[in-house]
Amino acid sequence: MLQPDELDALHLSLSVAARSVLISLPLGLLLAWVLTRRRFYGRTLLDAVVHLPLVLPPVVVGYLLLVLFGIRGPLGGPLSRLLGIQLIFTRNGAALATAVMSFPLMVRAIRLSLENVDRGLEQAARTLGAGPWDRFASITLPLMLPGILAGLITAFSASLGEFGAVITFVSNIPGETRTLPLALYTALQTPNGEAEAARLAAVSLILGLVGLLLSEWFARRVRRMLGR
Amino acid sequence: MTLKVQVRKQRGDFLLDADFQAPTPGVVALFGRSGSGKSTLVNLIAGLDRPDAGAIRLDDEILYDAARGIDIPAERRRIGYVFQDARLFPHLSVASNLDYGAHRTRAERLITREAVCDLLALGPLLKRRVHGLSGGERQRLAVGRALLSQPRLLLLDEPLASLDAARREEVLPYLEVLRDQLSIPMVYVSHDFDEVWRLATHLVLIENGRTVAQGSVADMSLHPGLRAIVGPEALGAIVEGEVLGCDESGLMRLKVGRSELKIEPVAGAEKMLRVQLLARDIIIATQEPAHLSVRNALKGSVANIAADDESSDLIGIDIGGATIVSRITRAATRELALKPGMPVWALVKSVSLRRQARAHA
Repeated sequence: MLQPDELDALHLSLSVAARSVLISLPLGLLLAWVLTRRRFYGRTLLDAVVHLPLVLPPVVVGYLLLVLFGIRGPLGGPLSRLLGIQLIFTRNGAALATAVMSFPLMVRAIRLSLENVDRGLEQAARTLGAGPWDRFASITLPLMLPGILAGLITAFSASLGEFGAVITFVSNIPGETRTLPLALYTALQTPNGEAEAARLAAVSLILGLVGLLLSEWFARRVRRMLGR
Repeated sequence: MTLKVQVRKQRGDFLLDADFQAPTPGVVALFGRSGSGKSTLVNLIAGLDRPDAGAIRLDDEILYDAARGIDIPAERRRIGYVFQDARLFPHLSVASNLDYGAHRTRAERLITREAVCDLLALGPLLKRRVHGLSGGERQRLAVGRALLSQPRLLLLDEPLASLDAARREEVLPYLEVLRDQLSIPMVYVSHDFDEVWRLATHLVLIENGRTVAQGSVADMSLHPGLRAIVGPEALGAIVEGEVLGCDESGLMRLKVGRSELKIEPVAGAEKMLRVQLLARDIIIATQEPAHLSVRNALKGSVANIAADDESSDLIGIDIGGATIVSRITRAATRELALKPGMPVWALVKSVSLRRQARAHA
């Protein structure tokens, strides 16, 4: 049904989205924790910076990444010189761009779930002999699970569809950075590409729907597990 | 062996300035009105909150000492804590809740799971879900969970306050068994004097963040500060009585001081009984009474007379080895011409006896 290059785009999108949440999940957890549990100077500013991608045009995010992670950029330079990692024009770069764009969604969901964790339960665990990491692993994290899963699925779905930041930062290279939305855009620019565009749009639609249903199913399962 | 607490903690306008010590093992009640700082005080003992100054010492170990910079973290204090709202872990099963602390202690297992299940009747709950437990069952599980962490001290912060009267009666006996069968010292926070005098051996009175008085429950039962909290209706001497057996009419004979009380038999009563004689239920006679339906007439002498309010006096009566108190009108004090040292008879309606088995260390 799908042409080989369309399958490539689908495959690439899934791979980029997976890498994207792999980056943003641990960082999202850390930031959600810091923003919820720590009081420090500049917290509001950090909060705003995390949320910037929600309000900035994606092209601006892509441009900033280009400046920072370009071959001669302040971060891209050392990365390629010292570690041989190149982000620009690569699928890892695409993953970074989508991670930045979907980061606020991830942080918001995790943060909400963390705010809902009863600190009293952590105190109870403490009096029962659980140290800080033990408390986090045995009490806080399991209670946050619904929010983490919700954040994961939302961020993954959003990553599948990121367009502006990706095309600006890593361009539109078939097989490397041409994800579903980029392929769809390209098809529309090509004469007689309407059928391909329609197929790609249908795939995107199905993926989005599956993501939402999956998220709902998970949430219900977890809620039942937690007995709510 | 004692628990010694001497701490200060400023929180906004509220200053907690507590200083008390309690013999261990035993049950120390922290008693006072809501908002008097009782919960803050137990949180400081548990290590969930840090005092501004002072020291906390359990037996020969220093848990906190501001001057010496010692502050053992809560998770290493080995102090069990039963919260008012149980705080069971909702994502764990009943059994996992019960074992949570047990898995985390390196202490010797003096209290076994079997003993705890037995003592608190937890066996039938183990297969159930935490969310299906009733309020009373939740508290029993919380107590069991705390016990299995092998604590050296057990803090109970109003464990019955969120339960209705029926559920409270369902849990109280378990706490009494706990006190009588385990030698773990307990700190029991409450604003309900009924619970306190049934459970506690030692009482610390707290008012506006200050520990105003402390002593054995019997000694403290006549403290004016206590009267201010429980009100005139609930004031009454608490005395220990020795069970002498039953008389020919089936009433139980109880030796209190040099006198003898006759009460309705108490099921399962051991050698000693603790009874409360409400001040409003004690009538004073200056001559040996006759032709009365009241069964108990205790001979004694007036120990002291104190004004209770504008129109009432509290008369302390020494009945030989114990003091009880009667609340009568000032007019009656005047008419009977009561004076300290004067011989009197205290008439106690047997129905006004409140009884409970007493702990024995």
